[in-house]
Amino acid sequence: MADFGGSDLEALRSEARAWIEANFPAELKGRPNPMMREERSTPSAAQEAWRKAMGDKGWGVPTWPAQYGGGGLSASEGRVIQQELGRAGAYNPIGGMGVMMFGPTLLEYGTEAQKQEHIPKIVKGEVQWCQGFSEPGAGSDLAALSTKCEDKGDHFQINGQKIWTSGAQFADWCFCLVRTDTSKKHEGISFVLFTMHQPGVEVRPIPLIAGNSPFCETFFTDARAEKKDLVGPLNGGWTIAKRLLQHERGGLSGGGGGFGGGRGLVELAKHYVGVDDQGRIADPDLRTRITALEIEGRSFQQTAVRAMLESKGNSGPSAATSIMKNAGTQWMQARHEITLEIMGHQGLGWEGEDFTAEELGAVRGWLGGKAFTIYGGSQEVQSNIISKRILGLPDLTQHT
Amino acid sequence: MAVLNEEQSMLRDAAKSWTQEKSPVTAFRKMRDSGVEVGFDAAAWTEMAEMGWAGVIIPEEFGGSDFGYLSMGLILEELGRTLTASPLLASGLGAASALVLGGTSAQKSEWLPKIAEGTAIGALAVDEGAHHAPEKVALAATKSGAGYSLSGTKTFVLEGLAANVLIVSARTSGKPGDKDGITLFVVPADAKGISRKRLALADSRGGANITFDKVEVGADAVLGEADKGYPVLEKVLDRARAGISAEMLGAAVQAFETTLDYLKVRVQFGQVIGSFQALQHRAAKMFTDLELARSAVEAALTAIDNDSPDVPELVSLAKAKMGDVFHVVSNEMVQMHGGIGMTDAHDAGFYLKRARACEAAYGSQSYHRDRYARIQGY
Ligand SMILES: Cc1cc2nc3c(=O)[nH]c(=O)nc-3n(C[C@H](O)[C@H](O)[C@H](O)COP(=O)(O)OP(=O)(O)OC[C@H]3O[C@@H](n4cnc5c(N)ncnc54)[C@H](O)[C@@H]3O)c2cc1C
Ligand SMILES: Cc1cc2nc3c(=O)[nH]c(=O)nc-3n(C[C@H](O)[C@H](O)[C@H](O)COP(=O)(O)OP(=O)(O)OC[C@H]3O[C@@H](n4cnc5c(N)ncnc54)[C@H](O)[C@@H]3O)c2cc1C
Repeated sequence: MADFGGSDLEALRSEARAWIEANFPAELKGRPNPMMREERSTPSAAQEAWRKAMGDKGWGVPTWPAQYGGGGLSASEGRVIQQELGRAGAYNPIGGMGVMMFGPTLLEYGTEAQKQEHIPKIVKGEVQWCQGFSEPGAGSDLAALSTKCEDKGDHFQINGQKIWTSGAQFADWCFCLVRTDTSKKHEGISFVLFTMHQPGVEVRPIPLIAGNSPFCETFFTDARAEKKDLVGPLNGGWTIAKRLLQHERGGLSGGGGGFGGGRGLVELAKHYVGVDDQGRIADPDLRTRITALEIEGRSFQQTAVRAMLESKGNSGPSAATSIMKNAGTQWMQARHEITLEIMGHQGLGWEGEDFTAEELGAVRGWLGGKAFTIYGGSQEVQSNIISKRILGLPDLTQHT
Repeated sequence: MAVLNEEQSMLRDAAKSWTQEKSPVTAFRKMRDSGVEVGFDAAAWTEMAEMGWAGVIIPEEFGGSDFGYLSMGLILEELGRTLTASPLLASGLGAASALVLGGTSAQKSEWLPKIAEGTAIGALAVDEGAHHAPEKVALAATKSGAGYSLSGTKTFVLEGLAANVLIVSARTSGKPGDKDGITLFVVPADAKGISRKRLALADSRGGANITFDKVEVGADAVLGEADKGYPVLEKVLDRARAGISAEMLGAAVQAFETTLDYLKVRVQFGQVIGSFQALQHRAAKMFTDLELARSAVEAALTAIDNDSPDVPELVSLAKAKMGDVFHVVSNEMVQMHGGIGMTDAHDAGFYLKRARACEAAYGSQSYHRDRYARIQGY
């Protein structure tokens, strides 16, 4: 579809508004996205209907190509859909790792047959994916992975262990990095897809400090992957993995959006700490630090906007994108910390009616948020990437 | 480390070997998993009391050893290392200090011996809102016959559920925020009209909200002077703040050492991660800050033992510095462990949760920076 101009954007806006009005079940208005919850319960009829409607329309992934069921819209048109969903108090029922990282990567590196097979199911929210990358011995040094993948003639056989596999207990399929050549490090890695619903796959959820178990240890014992589900060439998986990690990182930086959630810090502080006779936050030390954080957050959002405009204007991605993950995640963590501090003792609750849902959510969010600077390339790995690739600083270590 | 006398060295060594053998972090985990309401292991507390720890700041005539606050700090530091949860801070330090500093001889003889032997647990019921603010007392003590009637609510009372006796700050005149008009009371926790509600806290310790509904007490329940309780309360709180700072020091040092050990064994890119300067320099910075914090904490405890006039400023200095350092170290513990640090099976989360709870207790860093500046007159 051609990029709508300004007035055409408004035409799309009215279309989207009417469609959402007609299809979004009123009872779900303002309700949280069931996708965001760790403990999946059976979806209600309304939730199912909404997923199906959005899936058929392709607007869960508005910018994906229409030939695989996506919305086929431009980036600015996609934002109109997002805005209208937000305006209607409607969540996007199409999400997860398939949407965030695997889909875009497969669209780039997959064969036509692979795209035809996998993308429409992601678009419709019918298949959930998990990421089988990290292993006990291969975290930041991802290329050290050792999960073995052998050619068995008509299929591949996989043996080994992954760890920290988010959502593995709910996933239907896994995109997985496996070792197909032990004589080389990066050039001995392949990218394969296989179903999680097979006897050779075992998942054990791992409880987290926030009390939930969103990720698992995942064990493969003679697990099977079909030959047609190798993405890219044999031993050519590292390039694809790195591309996928870029998508993951982009999604994790917050991308300039997603900062709404909950009351603003200033409002919270006025509530919990009170104001002086001139209406300022009563604790001047806290007030200064809230201000510094607001300034940090605003400049981050300005950078997100600038990066988006620059990447549209220029050919390559903007240099600004490289800093987004660290800047965004560190800001979010700082925001969690100061939220707890504002709430004081009320920001220390674990459960029970002595604390509001907002207070309990702040504590769990603070704990869960500690992972932001660990996954998707830790803050240290990101800084190494910036130093080496962007700043051109030499790498003094001996390669192994 | 402070220069210790013989008694202090023995006490510290005893505390170190007891916590390592009898109360490692696995014991805290067991306590947490058991969901025990009071938030500590009663059998462990009995052992601690048998070693005389609950009476360390209590005069000998009331069954204590009168070793002083630095000595108490040495024990709390060791308990902090293994996150041992016990009423020592609230009872043996907090409530005991209140009785020693302001109690009548009848109050002292009634409660101090039992506190010293651990058969009674005392607690400080001071705060009423989300933030530490000892002058914002609304809980009303109105004259009733020869005594008083107490009505109002206290929040986040550490060991409030297990307590047998409460040191309660109440308003006898003026309005919340006034330092004048606050009176301290010694109130048995089972007095009629008191109801206590356990709080399920992130750090799994024993905190409670306590409601007073026309609790009748005699005039002999007043600790110190009516309407003039605030100066005593400040002194008591400074002792509690110094004590919790010692606990935080121990916990932070252990969090750091556990992390340091990991930096020496975790291999990525064919080398231990501790070989990366990005991590080395942060470890070096933490070590530096822990040394500074130790000096601040020990100076505050020593000043209390010397009854020196600069106790308030040294205590605020210590609590603010220690809070900042524990904050950073607990965050780094998770970050430097990577994924494993995010799991409940690892100890990092316990230190993180303990850190924030201690930071908020008896005044956050921001509270104590402000107080420090006020004391200094700027
Ligand atoms: C909540 C959560 C969800 C996750 N979901 C998934 C998932 O779905 N699929 C998946 O495959 N993985 C997932 N991960 C794993 C994540 O990608 C890894 O945790 C991450 O790559 C770090 O690896 P590690 O945990 O082994 O830490 P390590 O690599 O052992 O790192 C330990 C510390 O050393 C630092 N370090 C390592 N190398 C260097 C260096 N060269 N220079 C400086 N510092 C360094 C790290 O930054 C970190 O601070 C998840 C992790 C978390 C916490
Ligand atoms: C979860 C995750 C997300 C990622 N996201 C991206 C991404 O978005 N874009 C991207 O390009 N790459 C990404 N990466 C890949 C990342 O760049 C590499 O894993 C990492 O930089 C190591 O690079 P390499 O394995 O290619 O080894 P090389 O680049 O060949 O070399 C890395 C070498 O650097 C050395 N080294 C690194 N830091 C230090 C240090 N501080 N001190 C001493 N030595 C050091 C190591 O010893 C190692 O030998 C990601 C990795 C992970 C685990």
